[in-house]
Amino acid sequence: MAASLRCFLRSGKNTVSALQLRDFHRSAPAAVQMTVRDALNQAMDEELERDERVFLLGEEVAQYDGAYKVSRGLWKKYGDKRIIDTPISEMGFTGIAVGAAMAGLRPICEFMTFNFSMQAIDQIINSAAKTYYMSAGLQSVPIVFRGPNGASAGVAAQHSQCFAAWYGHCPGLKVVSPWNSEDAKGLLKSAIRDENPVVVLENELLYGVPFEMSEEAQSKDFTIPIGKAKIERQGNSITLVAHSRYVGHCLDAAAVLAKEGIECEVINLRTIRPMDVESIETSVMKTNHLVTVEGGWPQFGIGAEICARIMEGPAFNYLDSPVTRVTGVDIPMPYAKILEDHSLPQVKDIIFSVKKTLNI
Amino acid sequence: MKTMLAIISNALCRMTGRNAGARVVVSRSFADFTPQATFDIKKCDLHRLEEGPPVKAELTREQGLQYYRTMQTVRRMELKADQLYKQKIIRGFCHLYDGQEACAAGIEAAINPSDHLITAYRAHGYTYTRGVSVKEILAELTGRRGGVAKGKGGSMHMYAPHFYGGNGIVGAQVPLGAGIALACQYQGKNQVCVTLYGDGAANQGQLFESYNMAALWKLPCIFICENNKYGMGTSVERAAASTDYYKRGDFIPGLRVDGMDVLCVREATQFAADHCRAGKGPIIMELQTYRYHGHSMSDPGVSYRTREEIQEVRSKSDPISMLKERMLSHNMASVEEFKEIDIEIRKQVEEATQFATSDPEPPLEELCNHIFSKNPPLEVRGTSPWSKLKSVS
Repeated sequence: MAASLRCFLRSGKNTVSALQLRDFHRSAPAAVQMTVRDALNQAMDEELERDERVFLLGEEVAQYDGAYKVSRGLWKKYGDKRIIDTPISEMGFTGIAVGAAMAGLRPICEFMTFNFSMQAIDQIINSAAKTYYMSAGLQSVPIVFRGPNGASAGVAAQHSQCFAAWYGHCPGLKVVSPWNSEDAKGLLKSAIRDENPVVVLENELLYGVPFEMSEEAQSKDFTIPIGKAKIERQGNSITLVAHSRYVGHCLDAAAVLAKEGIECEVINLRTIRPMDVESIETSVMKTNHLVTVEGGWPQFGIGAEICARIMEGPAFNYLDSPVTRVTGVDIPMPYAKILEDHSLPQVKDIIFSVKKTLNI
Repeated sequence: MKTMLAIISNALCRMTGRNAGARVVVSRSFADFTPQATFDIKKCDLHRLEEGPPVKAELTREQGLQYYRTMQTVRRMELKADQLYKQKIIRGFCHLYDGQEACAAGIEAAINPSDHLITAYRAHGYTYTRGVSVKEILAELTGRRGGVAKGKGGSMHMYAPHFYGGNGIVGAQVPLGAGIALACQYQGKNQVCVTLYGDGAANQGQLFESYNMAALWKLPCIFICENNKYGMGTSVERAAASTDYYKRGDFIPGLRVDGMDVLCVREATQFAADHCRAGKGPIIMELQTYRYHGHSMSDPGVSYRTREEIQEVRSKSDPISMLKERMLSHNMASVEEFKEIDIEIRKQVEEATQFATSDPEPPLEELCNHIFSKNPPLEVRGTSPWSKLKSVS
């Protein structure tokens, strides 16, 4: 509730004016509030309508309306042929989806959570990601793998892993990680239209959160380019880079820090692979300080990669202090609430790290 | 009369070169050769089927010569690959198909080019039957730019329209094949997908997941187990609690087929394809076959089986010899004709080898290409931060 209120307030500037009486000359664009879940739903609905080769398969996606209700209403609208309930057979149905993509269809393969994708990871990497290269361009695999990634609430160790680093490691895959509703819709539509295997890492905790959708974003052809980050908030003191849920945490931290005169520039990565390092570099060359924030484990993670890339590029010479990574704690996720809360980055951890990095 | 013609044709051959002799032989065919014959073939063991493929197969002269040509080409191509591997001109993995030719030839004879096929890593035979030239196959094995995958795939990763490789991970191709069958059903073009795997892969869990979904959704998938009795060095008795691979699909009907007889394979595949096209769902075929080589070129193939066993199969069940003897005994072709075909094939394979050993390796500029399809060019990190390589689709 608090989170959604914060999101509303943050993005609410246009909404408030939309609620006022409209004046032709001065009316704001007609933005609406939409949850991430509905944005994903809309994206799939529009793409299913646009291209008859697109279909969705996964556990409970059809008659149950989706384990997290992301595919609500789609089976009713499109039927058995386009929305397919699978048995609990990740390796099997992922391979089936990849084969269908090879033979000319455009599948959306849903994992109930990405934790289950581990059982199918061979099909994702060896059968999907590498094929275009191995065949020297003879065989493409236009497939989308999507589902919730990372920690949820109280689901413990086997259901809380973040796979951004694992999938981000592999050539031949594109990996995106949306934060808000516009991200979700735009990136998923781009993923479905892409000729290549794309992994879409959603976040279960964000599904129910409403965000503003601009008029542009409401269009049936609204897409967000894969491989481009977005500056969510401009600032001069320090750069914060995050993906998915932690973009929100960074913006919250920025609001608090602004009261102390620290202006954070918050970058929403949007795409994990290919990563938009240039946007980060441009920002660092302006602010001279960098903090990365992620939910995943620290070793070999997103923050680690950003650190390496910054060091290898022009922005290194502009750093006034080493890059700081804020990450999940390096442990399997515990169950008890107090332990779980302390296993993941909180807003206060980000504020603390910013001040340490700025030596304040 | 026959010997007279033979003498004349031989003389003409020596005097004027091959062509004249061939004309003599061809004119002989219309008069003397049996244009078509019917052969008894082994009855298939059935699982959950009331009736099976016919026990008699018809063969025309043209078909027979074509099957012979196909099988002999695959045989000679594989033996050439053996040679090139021993000369270290082919590297890495090389899994040879000699002995199993009747499977590839028989299957292709029963399906259409518009049908689909996917197999595992022992793929050179299928790559050929699905339309890739010997030249492009050998050049891919030798890693040259003229290879079917421009040298980037190698032995296990060759592709062609409606042929999905060549897959290195044991068993992974089976769900892929079921997915291709799903696409066939979805697109409604009355096509089927032939999904091959070996006796070793038959114990993989993902196969059973595929059987379940294929049966549930009635996918037009022909699952074919090429049982060559050994999964690498492990005999079937040591790997499978049930070696009745045609029954392993449980609720899916199955056939056990003599995989050394090209006609048996053809009839069974025809039966299976009809089954799928009629909307009855998937079907399993077990082809009992044999590989002369070891699992791969790094396996001599005699530590887990005897030379006597290999020799026995060669002398009693060789698929190419069996077809040839059938045709000769029914006067469908002459010994000279077969010899000529052999010579032609040898020449073709030699020319392909010439190409495969002289074509240049792929240019270094190709290194990072083909990461993504239909993508704007991107930069790829090389081995050091200063090495910024270019990748185009």
